[in-house]
Amino acid sequence: MSIGDRLRELFSKSGDFSVSRPAAEKSPAPPPPAPGKDESELVKRSHGLSHFVNSIREESGLSILDLGEISQPNVNFVTNLGHRLYSVDFLRTLDAAAGPGSPAGGPAQRTLMDSFIEQSLGFGPEELDGALIWDSLQYLSRPLLIATVNRLHEILKPGACLLAFFHTTERAEWLPAYSYRIASTQTLNLTWKNYRRPVEVFNNRGIERLFEQFESVKFFLTRDKLREVIIRR
Amino acid sequence: MWNRKREDPPLPRPSSMTPTATDLAREGIPMSTTPTRLSEPGDGAAAIGKSVVVKGQIYSREDLYVDGEIDGTVEVQEHRLTVGPNGKVTASVEAREVIVRGTVHGDIHAGEKIDIRKEAKLVGDLKTSRIVIEEGAYFKGSVDILRTDVNRTEAAPKPTASSAAGPAGNQARPSARPPAKT
Repeated sequence: MSIGDRLRELFSKSGDFSVSRPAAEKSPAPPPPAPGKDESELVKRSHGLSHFVNSIREESGLSILDLGEISQPNVNFVTNLGHRLYSVDFLRTLDAAAGPGSPAGGPAQRTLMDSFIEQSLGFGPEELDGALIWDSLQYLSRPLLIATVNRLHEILKPGACLLAFFHTTERAEWLPAYSYRIASTQTLNLTWKNYRRPVEVFNNRGIERLFEQFESVKFFLTRDKLREVIIRR
Repeated sequence: MWNRKREDPPLPRPSSMTPTATDLAREGIPMSTTPTRLSEPGDGAAAIGKSVVVKGQIYSREDLYVDGEIDGTVEVQEHRLTVGPNGKVTASVEAREVIVRGTVHGDIHAGEKIDIRKEAKLVGDLKTSRIVIEEGAYFKGSVDILRTDVNRTEAAPKPTASSAAGPAGNQARPSARPPAKT
């Protein structure tokens, strides 16, 4: 029995959110070469972002969570709306917490996982008014994914919106990881950072089941390979 | 000595001293494009070298450059605090302006500006009137842009991707923030 099988047996939960799971136990193929300039800097029109912004622009003094890395444009945008921005740099913190030799998707030990969740999302109940998740969830192991979604449900206020992206490429061994910079109320600048191995690849039904404790899940059609989802607490 | 002009040729310096901007430029280390005066000790700031460890309260009435370790509180009222690349500050910080190039664990309150450079690692809550962030910096915490009476009278600049975040976007808002939703 491989290490991956043992971990799945230890942390297995009912339900299957994924369409496919990369063959992590096999020797992974090397990542593709870095994209050219045309593909490393993208401008994306985002209806999901527009919807998210509409949910936070009528009031000031809200608390908005950004799971991406800190960036000038995102700080500008959120604070110019009169809000407080919480920045977590979730994946970078995850990489540091997991350490070398850890399985893909985060620390395997329950105590380490709980500690990571507490440190990264250590907010009070119903403290946050919105969350920008970007594509972070796609790189989490199932136990960590469930723990993260549960924690998000706890810390978001009823009615708060959460914007998440899910790559639509099925059975991908490597996915391009981008930095997401808010350029306007409906435009994002994407900058390629590196390739990451996804742990889960989701279809719409899988995403709905993942957020079944939330009030609603809304999908936005896009022309690119990113599925945009607004989830309302 | 401390007030010599910039155009004076640099004096020979022991290798243990903090590198100047000229040294950094020679090594090809990019410097901030922020048009502020130099933040190294040679510019008139008091300095805590990289081999120095301070535990306790620090109160300074002049610019302070920290390249060592501080554990406690740091108060540099009306002046600038710079945390150098080797600096490790585990403290709450209060200053007019704060530049972070090293590691800070603690809340920062800067009345004028916080400047986070790309090599910085910063964990804590930030309160300031302006914030500048270089790509690549690691930050975990909150950012609160303060509104002051002076800033309320300034014209609101158009928010752009490259400009510093400031309180201008709050000019059209009511002066009192509504209480957080419960």
